[in-house]
Amino acid sequence: MNLLTNIISGLSLGSVYAIIALGYTMVYGISKMLNFAHGDVIMIGGYMSFVMTMYMGLNGWLALLVAMAICTVLGITIERLAYRPLRGTGSLAVLITAIGVSYFLQNIALLIWGANPKMFTSLFKGMKPIHAAGGQLTITMESVFTILANIVIMILLTLFVNKTKAGKAMRAVSEDNGAAQLMGINVNQSISLTFAIGSGLAAVAGVLMLSAYPVLMPTTGAMPGIKAFTAAVFGGIGSIPGAMIGGLILGIIEIFSRAYISTELSDAIVFACLIIVLLVKPTGLLGKKISEKV
Amino acid sequence: MAERILKNISSRGLKNAVKGNEYRKEASISYGILIGGYILFQILTAAGLIGHNLQGQFVPICVYISLAVSLNLVVGISGELSLGHAGFMAVGAFSGILMSRILGQSMSFEPAIIIISMLFGALIASIAGFIIGIPILGLRGDYLAIVTLAFGEIIRNFMNVLYFGFDGNGRLRFAFNHTIDGVENNDRIITGAIGATGTKTMATFTWGLILCLFTVFIVLNLKNSKQGRAIMSIRDNRIAGESIGLDVRKYKLMAFVVSAALAGMAGCLFGLNYSTLVPIKFNFNTSVLILVFVVLGGVGNIWGGIIAAALLTVLPETFRQFADYRMLTYAIVLILVMICTYNPAIKSRLSGFWAKVNPFKNKNKSGGKGKGKRKKSRKEAV
Amino acid sequence: MKKNWTKFVVVALSCMMAFMLAACGGGGSSDAGEAGPVLLGNTGPLTGPAAIYGNAVKNGGQLAVDEINAANPDGIQLAWQAEDDEADGEKAVNAYNKLMDDGMKVFIGSTTSGSCVAASEKAFEDRVFELTPSASQVAVTEGKDNVFQLCFSDPNQGVAAADWVVANMADAKVGVIYNNASDYSAGIFDKFKAEYEASGKQLVAVEAFSDDANTDFQAQINAMKNAGADFVFLPIYYTPASNILIQADKIGYAPTFFGVDGMDGILTLEGFDTKLAEGVMLLTPFIATAEDEATQNFVAAYKEAYGEEPNQFAADAYDCVYAVYGAMNAAGLDASASHEEICEALIAQFAGDYVASGVTGAEMEWNEAGEVNKTPNAMVIENGVYVPVQ
Repeated sequence: MNLLTNIISGLSLGSVYAIIALGYTMVYGISKMLNFAHGDVIMIGGYMSFVMTMYMGLNGWLALLVAMAICTVLGITIERLAYRPLRGTGSLAVLITAIGVSYFLQNIALLIWGANPKMFTSLFKGMKPIHAAGGQLTITMESVFTILANIVIMILLTLFVNKTKAGKAMRAVSEDNGAAQLMGINVNQSISLTFAIGSGLAAVAGVLMLSAYPVLMPTTGAMPGIKAFTAAVFGGIGSIPGAMIGGLILGIIEIFSRAYISTELSDAIVFACLIIVLLVKPTGLLGKKISEKV
Repeated sequence: MAERILKNISSRGLKNAVKGNEYRKEASISYGILIGGYILFQILTAAGLIGHNLQGQFVPICVYISLAVSLNLVVGISGELSLGHAGFMAVGAFSGILMSRILGQSMSFEPAIIIISMLFGALIASIAGFIIGIPILGLRGDYLAIVTLAFGEIIRNFMNVLYFGFDGNGRLRFAFNHTIDGVENNDRIITGAIGATGTKTMATFTWGLILCLFTVFIVLNLKNSKQGRAIMSIRDNRIAGESIGLDVRKYKLMAFVVSAALAGMAGCLFGLNYSTLVPIKFNFNTSVLILVFVVLGGVGNIWGGIIAAALLTVLPETFRQFADYRMLTYAIVLILVMICTYNPAIKSRLSGFWAKVNPFKNKNKSGGKGKGKRKKSRKEAV
Repeated sequence: MKKNWTKFVVVALSCMMAFMLAACGGGGSSDAGEAGPVLLGNTGPLTGPAAIYGNAVKNGGQLAVDEINAANPDGIQLAWQAEDDEADGEKAVNAYNKLMDDGMKVFIGSTTSGSCVAASEKAFEDRVFELTPSASQVAVTEGKDNVFQLCFSDPNQGVAAADWVVANMADAKVGVIYNNASDYSAGIFDKFKAEYEASGKQLVAVEAFSDDANTDFQAQINAMKNAGADFVFLPIYYTPASNILIQADKIGYAPTFFGVDGMDGILTLEGFDTKLAEGVMLLTPFIATAEDEATQNFVAAYKEAYGEEPNQFAADAYDCVYAVYGAMNAAGLDASASHEEICEALIAQFAGDYVASGVTGAEMEWNEAGEVNKTPNAMVIENGVYVPVQ
């Protein structure tokens, strides 16, 4: 029963990582940049939702929508102001700028909301957990909804990327920026759209994560951001199903190593697994093989 | 194809031979900045013009310069993105501190303790670099970056559960647990997450200068050796390098290990500058900080990295007057500086402006610069 | 073109350098003979994950200084300056040096232990008297005659907690969840374990977590539950503790939770359902809801000034300022004394018979090692307020 409990909390944590990892992976796919500020967009999403429910008295679900909208705008703004001026100048410069943006968001949050942590009210507050196996197994509603949300998002996103015109344009840009431009695709628009979707999802991830682990601080997003980035690489950065698989595996490894090996070394074990995977499959589980042009 | 590449490499060799002055120029600027800066600040200190705040930063500035230069070996010269440099710094710092404590039991001659500890730190860090380097150098680009990040985090996590102490007979013992067999709790030197406490602070500005000079010496010489040219040719075109029989892994590993050793040395001096040192200091943020120095100074540009490291270390301190807005200001400055130095449009406008007011007009016509950046862009194009 | 660009950068950087020298240097003002207000300095994390503690100390100290200056216009006037050290030893030394440049006379310690050890080394060299509000590690005071703590040292707190549990909870099956990446938590746990086991009892479960992974506590809570622990000691700060309470509640695990001074603040956490904290016990020197007049005045003034309930850190800083001020008066110092003179006079006071009263202790005394002697109170949360354990 313990095993089952751990699998479920692993899947739930992994689903959060997976949704965050989507933002990383899509942005990487389309603009080949590591957006280290993504984790902090999660934090902003969390604060927005908190402000909406606590100070404005909005319903939790409505607050989630508002937070998504704000994060979407934030994502587009960041891309427009900080990343677009550096497009085409190599990934290093953008990487450092992303880190600058990350510091900026953290410190803005510190100034606005102060250093005191806030306790986030769960979106599923009041819903009774599911008891199974004679009370030995408890499944919280947070877990159920997080896992469900992950699946729904993944399906919708796959449909969007494969079936819609805008989605196809995004794929084209990430395959070959130059050729896509020649085909009349508005590259700027596609990239903005990617940031918009990624940031909107970050808000969802933030609310789901904070529902389960409710401490909200300006640095809340940093570590999940790095973990989700690891998950994205794990599954093959640039691949949408890869992000999902990477996130889930990472969550399960993390919970299992905490439960059965060592709580102190769980992060080390997660990262060690990443390294082993990359040694066997240098581009991650579902990553595309890099073809070399001479 | 191969022909063209061969020509490319040999012509670069030729260029280096003909324009050996490029090396000399880079070397003299780098050493000049270091020694000039040292003398200037020593004089200013003696004259009482420098406050405690800046004086206290001399050693860390030197350490960060050294770290930036050594990371440049991997990022600039070898062309690989590393996000785990702080890990090697940590290895060097803690092993160096241990060594200094062991030596401190029987020796009191500080210069010897510092030198041996730094060498020991470098040794252990290079071993770590070797172990990490072997598997990962087959990886490319951002995948290598994430693995270095992972290793940096693993090293730090590991330090969190590592305990060292002297037993009754003065022998060093260690454990992965709070209690070390035969060691009184008060005799522990390194206690997991609490880190090293009770370190005798020996580092001085002069030792910092020596560290910087040594690092620059090693990196510049490596860069301009046969091996260094091989490393750079692999960076510019890996397949080409392989096709003419260069052992890509060997050369990459070499750069990686040397860089790790130098970082270990710098870490050791850092450790010897504070009476306490905690593993969390060497987290991802510190790795990134060092990377920022390298990128801001111009990838591959040694003296650029020196200046950037010094400036960016002092910068947050000068922002103390902004009180609550200090780190926010720092973030904004960082973003603006990156955009201004890398955005093509702004860059050319500033250059145009500069051409008008340039006080050095019509001098040094042949001086080619921005070498690292140019190569980088070529690499992106491949 | 490229060349021009490089030159521009070089000159721009040099200009910046010059600017910085101007900004950085120039300080170095020595404090001899100036008769302005006596500058009390503090370094603490005003940004970053530990910012809550640094800001509390900053506010608490400022409040005390304002009160003293207003109440004694003819006495020694004080000034208060708190600098950000990001809970990092390197930054703490920088911040300390900045305070020295600004003419600091007494150092009201670094807020967090790690940075305090680094900074107190400097204070020891420079002969600046230091009284730290909240850096509880032993290494802070060890071997430094001019460094004193106002809070309990970690070992003392661990010992006190273990003694209390042995005496009052003899039958409990005790488990511990602690933060092994925090010197505070690991330090208390170390001594707690040693002292508890010295009484012939065994802990039924010990689980750790690190600051990097302080969100999901399912594994630790399950381990406690499976080991049958009915009394869980949490030598951690209230933020992760609140997280543990929430997650334990979700799976229906309800042992008695027992905390130390870091647990104070849990009731005032914005958005936290205080029902979950019912029955939580803690051993703490400061309680914001205490009935005595000093505490009530302090809490009211603090709320008025900063719009929030003070936590233990704010109270510690508040007491530090009053303790130093009292000792300066007792030693007969005036505002023109140099920091060396103040240092020697205050060492004599604190290592001697000086007794200070404040909101974190009625009669605080110090020994020569720099440790404070005061009595912690065992409290339990009932109906959302602290009441003494019967």
